[in-house]
Amino acid sequence: MAATEQPTRPQNGEGVFPYFTAAAAVLILLLTGSILLVVLWGAWPAWQAFGPAFLTTSIWDPVQNLYGAIPAVFGTLITSLLALALAGPLGIGTAIFLSELAPPWLKKPASFTVELLAAVPSVVFGLWGLFVLAPWFRVGPGQFLEDNLGFLPLFQGPSLGIGVLTAGLVLAMMILPTITAISREVIRAVPQELREAMFALGSTRWEMIAKVVLPTSKVGITGALLLGLGRSLGEAIAVTMVIGNANLIPASLLAPAQTIASLIVNEFPEAFDLQLSALLLLGLLLFIITLAVNMVAVWLVHRTAQGIPSSKEKRRGKKLTPRRCLGDGH
Amino acid sequence: MATKKIRKATGSLLEFACLLSALLVLLALCLILYYIFRRGIGAINIPFLISLPTPVGEPGGGIGNALIGSALMVALGSLLAIPFGIAAAIYLDQNPRTRLAAATRFANRVLTGVPSLIIGLFVFTVLVLRTGNYSALAGGIALAVMMIPVITLSAEEMLRLVPGSLREASLALGASKKQTVLMLILPAATGGLVVGIMLAVALAAGQTAPVLLTALTSRFWLENLNQTSASLPVLIYNYASSPFPDWQEQAWGAALVLVATILILNVTAQLFVVFRNRRH
Repeated sequence: MAATEQPTRPQNGEGVFPYFTAAAAVLILLLTGSILLVVLWGAWPAWQAFGPAFLTTSIWDPVQNLYGAIPAVFGTLITSLLALALAGPLGIGTAIFLSELAPPWLKKPASFTVELLAAVPSVVFGLWGLFVLAPWFRVGPGQFLEDNLGFLPLFQGPSLGIGVLTAGLVLAMMILPTITAISREVIRAVPQELREAMFALGSTRWEMIAKVVLPTSKVGITGALLLGLGRSLGEAIAVTMVIGNANLIPASLLAPAQTIASLIVNEFPEAFDLQLSALLLLGLLLFIITLAVNMVAVWLVHRTAQGIPSSKEKRRGKKLTPRRCLGDGH
Repeated sequence: MATKKIRKATGSLLEFACLLSALLVLLALCLILYYIFRRGIGAINIPFLISLPTPVGEPGGGIGNALIGSALMVALGSLLAIPFGIAAAIYLDQNPRTRLAAATRFANRVLTGVPSLIIGLFVFTVLVLRTGNYSALAGGIALAVMMIPVITLSAEEMLRLVPGSLREASLALGASKKQTVLMLILPAATGGLVVGIMLAVALAAGQTAPVLLTALTSRFWLENLNQTSASLPVLIYNYASSPFPDWQEQAWGAALVLVATILILNVTAQLFVVFRNRRH
């Protein structure tokens, strides 16, 4: 049986068909590999020129051909972490509402509506962020922070509207649907018996959520958060439009900054030679970071959402019993 | 002693917080759609949709070439990505446990997570640097790379839904595997495949960074695929970043067109799924 399934030994009448489909599978493999190789190849001259110092210097000067990654990397991390801090609790709360609390007739349409937010293109988020959010933020929350918390280094300087915090807000909106949808899937995968067992033990609905549902889906929700993080790290256009594109380490959350992606978008069209290579090196850095984050995320989500417990859990077998989840508090 | 009242009150409070966050998320979506509609609708009329952009300061001007450019590049992307993605999905469906299948699934998953900007960089380095010019062709290829993992993933899911009994019946009747796939499995899964394709098209239509790095932009009609080409997302990006109020207004108009197209694709796909589930 196994032998006949090999595309290398087609039966009569199969013709080239099995080869064709196998070729498509191989091409996906090659495509993914070649993306990595091509970026690596393009980034090589810059790596030769700067070496590890690229990662530890903060000068970005196309005139003198000196390039350092620190401001862009810092901007990428700070905006994405801000987005995660804002969207994480909101997304998980929404996922709990959609899977546990909402009346049945509301669950599907509401979930779909949230997922529609994911379909809105990045550039439209940027447009909205630039013309609606930023002006409002400048005179509203931004001004408030400047006036009342300006003595903190975090909020010093004038409120410009565009800047790190605005970029974080826009990114948060963009990753909310990802976090919500995947957390919801993970929460829905929690076996119904566990919930019923908790109710039978006399718990309230919230106790059931806090002591059974969330601990059970903890790993998957972490994965959902990481997938959101991965999306925000690589986000280019929307951030470029609202972050202000100042290639320095921002003095505060209200100041303009730069991310890896926005730097590439801004300089790519006019770049050549070493500058181009430096941008590709930045791209490679971004590729590696997002790849690592996504891999871990997919692994975590897969472990819980697909209902395939890892072999370790299978062996323990006892992980999800209500008695264990009740813990020592009861 | 923690009385029942306190337990219930804590619960209600936290449940209320969840409700609040759901409302906030919904509010965010509504705010975006509201502004796009309100500020975009004024810019839209027939000449806007079918004419070329005008120089700064001259009234009128439209997004005709960007619409054509976007449509053409997305079509080109689909043309490349659909057969490719579905063929790969057929391989995965027919040979689920080979080493190649495992590797392809892994690669596909990696590909879904690659930022669109990186895909733009890739196609730029391979095509634009080589040939020396930005082109609609390169834009279409970049979009195809974006679409391939989406189509492959959804097609594999959809093919897996075709029941094993059908496949066995076909093989038992003496049909070859090729015949089973082409005449039975694919027709049975067509609905699901179409849904996946629609979502991939919606994704591709909204991409800015990959198109910006490969097809650049243009203020003229697209005459052949080796030219730079305008596209809706890049036009929105450029116009929004410009200091001219009439361009900014056109950016809103273009955003409304783009968002409406993408949402219609998504909602149709969703309705399709709902109706199919109801029928079964």
